[in-house]
Amino acid sequence: MAVSAFARRTLKVRHVRSAVSVFLTALCAGGAAAALLLILGYVVREGITSVNLPFLTQVPHPIGISGGGVANAILGTGITVGIATVMATPIGVLTGVYLAMYGRGTVASSIRFLSDVLAGVPSIAIGLFAYAVLVAPFKHFSALSGSFAFAVLMLPVIIRTTEEAIRSVPITIREGALALGLPIYATTVRVVIPAARAAITTGLLLAIARVTGETAPLLFTAFGSQFWELNPGNPMAQLPLQIFNYAISPYPQWHQQAWGGALILIVVVLVLNILARAALRSRTSR
Amino acid sequence: MGETVVGSERVAPQSLDVFRPRYRAGDRLFSWALNLSTWIYLALILGLFVVLFAGSWLAIKSFGLHFLVDSSWDPVAGRFGALPFIFGTVVSSAIAIVIASVVGIAAAAYLAEFAPPLIARPLAFLIELLAAVPSVVYGLWGLFVLAPLMRTVIGPAIQSKLGWLPLFSGPIYGVGMLTASLILALMIVPTVAAISRDFIESVAVDQREAMLALGATRWETVRRVVLPAARPGIFGACVLAVGRALGETIATTMVIGNRPAISASLFAPGYTLASVIANEFTEATTQIYISTLIGLGLLLFVVSIVVNAAARILMHTVLRNVEER
Repeated sequence: MAVSAFARRTLKVRHVRSAVSVFLTALCAGGAAAALLLILGYVVREGITSVNLPFLTQVPHPIGISGGGVANAILGTGITVGIATVMATPIGVLTGVYLAMYGRGTVASSIRFLSDVLAGVPSIAIGLFAYAVLVAPFKHFSALSGSFAFAVLMLPVIIRTTEEAIRSVPITIREGALALGLPIYATTVRVVIPAARAAITTGLLLAIARVTGETAPLLFTAFGSQFWELNPGNPMAQLPLQIFNYAISPYPQWHQQAWGGALILIVVVLVLNILARAALRSRTSR
Repeated sequence: MGETVVGSERVAPQSLDVFRPRYRAGDRLFSWALNLSTWIYLALILGLFVVLFAGSWLAIKSFGLHFLVDSSWDPVAGRFGALPFIFGTVVSSAIAIVIASVVGIAAAAYLAEFAPPLIARPLAFLIELLAAVPSVVYGLWGLFVLAPLMRTVIGPAIQSKLGWLPLFSGPIYGVGMLTASLILALMIVPTVAAISRDFIESVAVDQREAMLALGATRWETVRRVVLPAARPGIFGACVLAVGRALGETIATTMVIGNRPAISASLFAPGYTLASVIANEFTEATTQIYISTLIGLGLLLFVVSIVVNAAARILMHTVLRNVEER
C-alpha cells in the first residue's frame, strides 16, 4: 500500500518533470524563432521609412544633404554576385558531376573533405586571398576581386549540392540513355543533369544567397564607391558594405539609410532562400 | 553487370566503366573538362593556403611564435602582438557556444521529439532562416538595439546582482564582449539546432520504444537514451558552430567595441582576429603591418580548418555507425 502510494507520487513527479522539461525545450525553439521575427520586425519598422523611390534610384548624397540612395550599391552587388556566379557555376557543377560519377578513391574523398572544410573557412580569410591575388599585384581595388572571393565562397556549396543532385538521379535513367547508344557526355549533359536540374538550381540559389549578404571579403576587394560604376575593374559600391559604413558612421541620417539598406538586403536574401526551398520541394513532389 | 543493377546508386561508376573502351571524342572532351575543373578547384584550395602563408612570411620571420603571446599592439611603433585578438576571439566564441549549445540542442530536441508536426515545420523553417540573415544585419541590430539595451537595462541588472565579480565589473559601454557573444550565440543557434536535429532523428526508433515500454516518460526517453545516442553528432554540430563563431567578422566588428585590450570584465570592449583585419587592413601602410594582418588571417584560416576538420570527422564517424547498424 505504502509502496504503491510512493510509486504513484514519484510517477506524478516524473510526469510533471517531463512536462516542464518539454515546455522548456519548446521555449528554446520558440525563443530562437522569436529572435528572427524580432530582428525582422525591427528592420522592417526602421527601414520602411527610408525605402522610397529616390532611395532606390539615387546614389548616396554627401553628409548634410538630405536624400540620396543606394541604387549604385544594389547594382554593384548585382554585378559582383553575377560575375561570381558565372565564375563559380561551371567549375562547381563540373566538379560536382565528377564527384558523383567518378567519385571514388583518395582524390575524390579528399576533395569532398576539403570542400566541407573550405565551407567553414571564414570569409575574411577568403577576402585576404582575393586581395593578395587580384588587388595587390595591380595596386587597385576592383569589383572583380570581390567576385573572385565570392566565387571561392560559392564553390563548396555548389559542388556538394550538385554531387548530391546527380547521385539522386536513378541509375536506371542513366543506363537507359547509355543503352540507347548515347555517349557518356551526352547521357550526362542531356539526360542526367536535366533530371537533377531542380536540385542543382537549389544549390546555386543557396550559394548566391550566401554571398549576397557577405560583407567582410568586400572590405578590401570591391572596396565600395559613392558613384555609379559599371566597370568591374574598378572599385564598386556594394549594398552590405554600404550598410556597414553607414551603420558605424556618427550620423543619424546615415543610420536611417543603413536600416533602409538592411531591409532591402534581408528581403532579397530571404526571398532567395525561400526560392531555393521551393525549387527543392517542386522536385520532391514530382 | 546483372547483379550491380539493384537500384542502388552507389554502383553507378562501375556500370559506366563498362563503356570506357568505347570513349568517343565528346567523351574525351567531357572527361577532360571534368578533370580540369576539379584540378582548378584543388589548386584554389592549395593556393589559398600558399598565398596566405606567403603574405604573412615577413611577419612570421620577424616575430616568430612569440607573436602569439605578445599583448602589445602599436602599429605606429611597429609593435605587433596577437594575444588581445586571440583572447577576444576565444572568449566571445566560448560564451557564444555555451549559450547556443543549450538553446540549440533543446530546440532540436523539441523539434525532433516533442513538437506536433503542425508546429515543428514552421518553427524549424524560421530557425533555419535565422541562419540566412546576413551578418551585417545582425551587426546593425546589435549596434542599435541590443547594445543600448545592454547599457541601460541588461548590464545594470546583471551588475546590481553580480557586480562584485570581476567578470561583471567596470563601466558598461553597451558594445563589448558580452554583447558580441550574445549576437554570435544567436547567429550560431541555427547551426547547432539544424544539425543536432538530424542526428537526433537518426537515432533508431526501437531504442525509444524500448525505453517507453519500460515506463519512462517522454523527457526521460530523450534525456537518457536519445540524446546520449546522438551525442557525438551533436558534439560535431557544436564544434562546427564554434568554427562559424571564430571566423564571424562583420557582426562582431560592429558590437565588440574594437579595443585591443585584455580585460576581465565582459562589459569591456574587446577585439577579435577577424575584426582587426576588417578594421585595419585598408589602413595598413607599412609592409610589416599588412603582413601581420595577413598573418592573423592565416592563423584564423588554420584554426578554422582544424576545427572544421574535427567536426566533419566526428560527424562522419557517427554517420558511418548509423549506416552500418
